[in-house]
Amino acid sequence: MMTQAMSAMFEALRQKFDQKVQSVRADREDEIYLLLGDPDIRPITEYLRGEFGARLVTVFAEDRRATEGVFFNYYVLEQKGSAQYLIVRAPVRADSLEFPSLSAELPSVNWQEREIQDWFGLKAVGHPNPRRVALHDNWPDVYPLRKDFPIETVLPPFKGERHIYRPAFGEGVLQVPVGPVHAGIIEPGHFNFAVAGEPILYLQLRMFYTHKGTEKLFEKLPIHKAVFLAESISGDSSFSHGTAFCQAIERAASIEVPLRGLVVRTILLELERICNHVADIGAIATDVGFVIANAHASRLKETMVTLNEQLTGSRLLRGMVCVGGVRRGWDAAQLDALRTAVESFAREFQDLISLIDRSESTRDRLEQTGVLRPDKARDLGIVGVGGRASGVDLDVRRDHPYAAYSRYSFRVPVYQAGDVWHRMQVRVDEVNESIGILRKAMADGLQREFRVPVPAIPSDRCALSAVEGWRGEIIHWIRTGPDNRLQRCKIKDPSLNNWPAVVEAVQGNIIADFPVINKSFNLSYSGTDR
Amino acid sequence: MFKILQKTVSTGIVTVNYPAEPAKISERFRGRPSFDFDKWKDARPAAEVCPTGAISLSDTGDSRKVIVDYGLCVFCGLCAEASSDQAVRITQEFELATSDRRNLVLTAEYTLNADHTHGGLRRVDRQLVNAETDVESLGQKARETIQKILGRSLAIREVDAGSCNGCELEIVALNNPVHDIERFGIQFVASPRHADMLLVTGPVTRNMELALLKTYRAMAEPKVVVAVGACGISGGIFGENYASLGSVDKVLPVDVYIPGCPPRPQALLHGILLAVGRLAERLHNDRAG
Repeated sequence: MMTQAMSAMFEALRQKFDQKVQSVRADREDEIYLLLGDPDIRPITEYLRGEFGARLVTVFAEDRRATEGVFFNYYVLEQKGSAQYLIVRAPVRADSLEFPSLSAELPSVNWQEREIQDWFGLKAVGHPNPRRVALHDNWPDVYPLRKDFPIETVLPPFKGERHIYRPAFGEGVLQVPVGPVHAGIIEPGHFNFAVAGEPILYLQLRMFYTHKGTEKLFEKLPIHKAVFLAESISGDSSFSHGTAFCQAIERAASIEVPLRGLVVRTILLELERICNHVADIGAIATDVGFVIANAHASRLKETMVTLNEQLTGSRLLRGMVCVGGVRRGWDAAQLDALRTAVESFAREFQDLISLIDRSESTRDRLEQTGVLRPDKARDLGIVGVGGRASGVDLDVRRDHPYAAYSRYSFRVPVYQAGDVWHRMQVRVDEVNESIGILRKAMADGLQREFRVPVPAIPSDRCALSAVEGWRGEIIHWIRTGPDNRLQRCKIKDPSLNNWPAVVEAVQGNIIADFPVINKSFNLSYSGTDR
Repeated sequence: MFKILQKTVSTGIVTVNYPAEPAKISERFRGRPSFDFDKWKDARPAAEVCPTGAISLSDTGDSRKVIVDYGLCVFCGLCAEASSDQAVRITQEFELATSDRRNLVLTAEYTLNADHTHGGLRRVDRQLVNAETDVESLGQKARETIQKILGRSLAIREVDAGSCNGCELEIVALNNPVHDIERFGIQFVASPRHADMLLVTGPVTRNMELALLKTYRAMAEPKVVVAVGACGISGGIFGENYASLGSVDKVLPVDVYIPGCPPRPQALLHGILLAVGRLAERLHNDRAG
């Protein structure tokens, strides 16, 4: 059952941490749960990272006081070369409410641990910067993801202190506050730049302006309605988040999606990637003044969202994915439209890229701008496009195959330079790979069935689901409840990992280049804030 | 340079002529669900599946009141799939923007059979959905207003007050060469101080309430506010909760509502042109007063 690599890891764990590990349970062959007797996971993560090169994917909490008398923290780990996820459950006592922080050694969980503090009222002991993040400083002391906090709670007007940014001193050093309302048509967030002349010394971020209680709301809606909530986690990743959610339910309830449903999902996931990548390539060009490239890019995107609508009835691919498969099959005319659009896009995309490649001034502005060094990217746990441009070789499609990805071969582009140019290059390569995947998927001989009927979802089942959205690794973790509802739904958008990359990449760059550096990551505020 | 020109010439003009010509949209597009109230034998299946409660019902004794609120609708099409009596049909209509929130609500009252299906239609209150359907002249009028009164330009400030970013994608698409909103003299500006119109997406979160208010207050009079999408109109799927205030009109006076999840670019344009009319009225009144 277990892959070679992982079983060696378990054997070692069992021997070394016999006292600590209470039980090991394989919910599915690629999803192993390890239960600890106490909240101190540090020796285990240290050992797994050191000996096995394991990566901490995400950290989140669950209020299990009603059933098990404690809170639990979940630490999701993966190891290169294995499709399995190892999920360590560590109890956090309801009387002490404390757990040891990993952030000093693993900055990638900095925000995630603070989110647990803010939403569950558990204390990350030893956290280097334990200030509020997911609820703003002026909020009262409420813990919205605890089970005894009703979602409908109407909080009185906020009277608390406002956030105090760290001051920056020095001759000629200025602090420039930007946001939450930005100059362009983009999402809200606050950036506080400390600049010395033009170069940026230090950037402080304040996110969670669009926090709208999404994870809590998942505990209220019946599952078939929650699919639409998943589609609204991050609008540009509607299909990826929708698929991640449906996959989680399917895994929990052991529902097998027919092959055609999986292939259709794969096609739409790749179309979502293409739409967003081509738009980003155009936006990056705009931010250095090459607007004509953006005119072509946004025209190309428009042809693809028009195709989306023909295939799903929605330009954002909404209302298509469902638990058990997809809601509609495609007729011959739709398949024809798909083929024609993909082929004409493939031709036009090459034209667009050659326009950009020929523009020396564009290249000049993008190369060595906003560099994220590979060692930093690894330490900060950067995933997705931003990670792959800085040597982080991760792609859920290859590492933990889902939908129909195991049927198609594709290359995962990885660069080491970590500048804006290479983040654009990763997108260019990925669009080309996506076209390759689409050609194979479109030619896949398919049977009729695209969806299976969904039985009543059994209660108290846990499942982890991962999707490589166009931005990077999306994780959904659920625990089902009675009445076709969920007890918990954890959403991790890749943006949550990646904001620190922006902070790192802008240092030393001129403030005028911030827009293009930010755009080259193009992170989701709503996906972060939920 | 030559290659750039060559590509531009070979591409030609791609801009559509909406609203002077009808929008060319896919026959698969899910627009407004239409309800044949006479034929509708049971509203329960549709209400049961609706993800946002856009279709709701309340039974008292032997009568049932059904409320359809397009301000909550996310255009998923589940209601049509769930209603076996063919009374609910998905249409291609997208020009749903209105200046009166009540126009987005339909109410029907039925007598009930013993099995809780509909006996007879007692009363139906069809509000003025699509009251402003003459889009072609709307476009013409807006163009004239912008030309004459606003000195050839209407400036819009967009604020995301908590949206999932779906509406923003479609608002950005208004600026692409296909929809090209600048052909009306309409442009998006960086500062509220330059803006005549505030285009707001929602739901308004607790954390964005103050920023939204400050942006509005920074605008010079006369100004109009347009609420975009199901979330902006009603809170949408997020509704009201500890972190979400819900609709934009809880915080600001709203002049025009544009339904959709998200509204397609043509629907946004339709709503914006409608709001230009409101702005013209206000300008006129200001001058007269």
